[in-house]
Amino acid sequence: MADNNLFTLRIITPDRVFYEGEASMVEFNTTEGEIGIYKQHVPTTVIVSPGILTITEEGGTKEAALHAGFAEILQDEVVILAEIIEWPGEIDAGRAEAAKERAEERLRSKTPETDVLRAETALQRALARIHVIK
Amino acid sequence: MASMRDIKRRKGSIQSTQQITKAMKLVSTVKLQRAKQNAEKSGNYFHCMYDTVSSILKRTKNLDHKYLKSGASGKKAVIVITSNRGLAGGYNSNVVKLITRGELAEEDLAVYAIGKKGKEALQRQYEIKADYSDIIDEPVYVDAMAICKEVLEAFSKGEISEIYLAYTAFKNTVVHVPTLLKLLPVEINGEEAPEGSGEDAQSSRAPMNFEPEDEEALNLLIPKYITSLIYGGMIEAVASENGARMQAMDSATSNAEEMIDHLTLMYNRARQGSITQELTEIIAGANAIS
Repeated sequence: MADNNLFTLRIITPDRVFYEGEASMVEFNTTEGEIGIYKQHVPTTVIVSPGILTITEEGGTKEAALHAGFAEILQDEVVILAEIIEWPGEIDAGRAEAAKERAEERLRSKTPETDVLRAETALQRALARIHVIK
Repeated sequence: MASMRDIKRRKGSIQSTQQITKAMKLVSTVKLQRAKQNAEKSGNYFHCMYDTVSSILKRTKNLDHKYLKSGASGKKAVIVITSNRGLAGGYNSNVVKLITRGELAEEDLAVYAIGKKGKEALQRQYEIKADYSDIIDEPVYVDAMAICKEVLEAFSKGEISEIYLAYTAFKNTVVHVPTLLKLLPVEINGEEAPEGSGEDAQSSRAPMNFEPEDEEALNLLIPKYITSLIYGGMIEAVASENGARMQAMDSATSNAEEMIDHLTLMYNRARQGSITQELTEIIAGANAIS
């Protein structure tokens, strides 16, 4: 019975096939909020917003930092077209930490010219990276 | 007939040129292999992207969206992807010809150049809006994102009304097709569904939902779509460049081979001629003495 909970998950980036396998659940952030997907989900296309991607496989879970892209969800298959995605091993901790501080600083010392949206996404991205490493 | 020494010198110089072209051919063969792999890897992403965007656009035919209609100003932008280096046969000039010969009017064209050669060829006639030549040596996705952002900003502001991409499509190692592609406004006609079976299978299933709604989804998706087209164009252009250079260097090497053969023959003839002449002179001299 356990097999029946699995669906095919493919994560494709412009440079490579990032992940391809069977998963029972996948969770990530979208523009509409955090979602978790099981098999037999209603077919949906969602836009990714920066956050943590968690893949639940039979053997355990895997995490990655997913920053941009979109996902096509079908009943027995999920395809994530990721513009930027990283495994924990590929993240530079120092750079993420520095980016976080920079973004926070920009949000603190807000002036009318500050691109708040951009600073917020940068902060989200840095936080996702830091979280995944930990 | 040229003297023996002249022929020998000429032959030597052709030989060293041949060595260079041979080495260049080997280098571009290796580079081509790598570029081909990249092109295959990114193809996956691009196809999924194209399928998704076309399926959205099919469902929302009568949508009044800024990316689906051309703006008021008559200006057109062309992103021209060429190489930074020459010696690649007709590779660069074929792309340039697409623009100079095409139906695009000279005065209302803004060129976004990727690649020095294209920029040099076009800057006399056209306005070069921006130059991204450094990135073509090693295209990465982030570069495509930056270019995309800039052209889309110009589009949203109404500075340009249409965006084209001129690049060389990589069909296989020997066939490269210079292509002029319209990026914006997005046009996807119903006929363009080469793998019709996949399309049918999808429509027979439950209808696709979009979160957020169609219009907002388009706002977010189309920049990604354009970015992937630009990136795909750069990757294919690099593969084509190396393919074109490999071919050009291959024919240069065989031309040099031919010339060397010809010169060797001439050299031997000249050598034999001089020996014969010397002998005739000696015999004539001996006859005169006796």
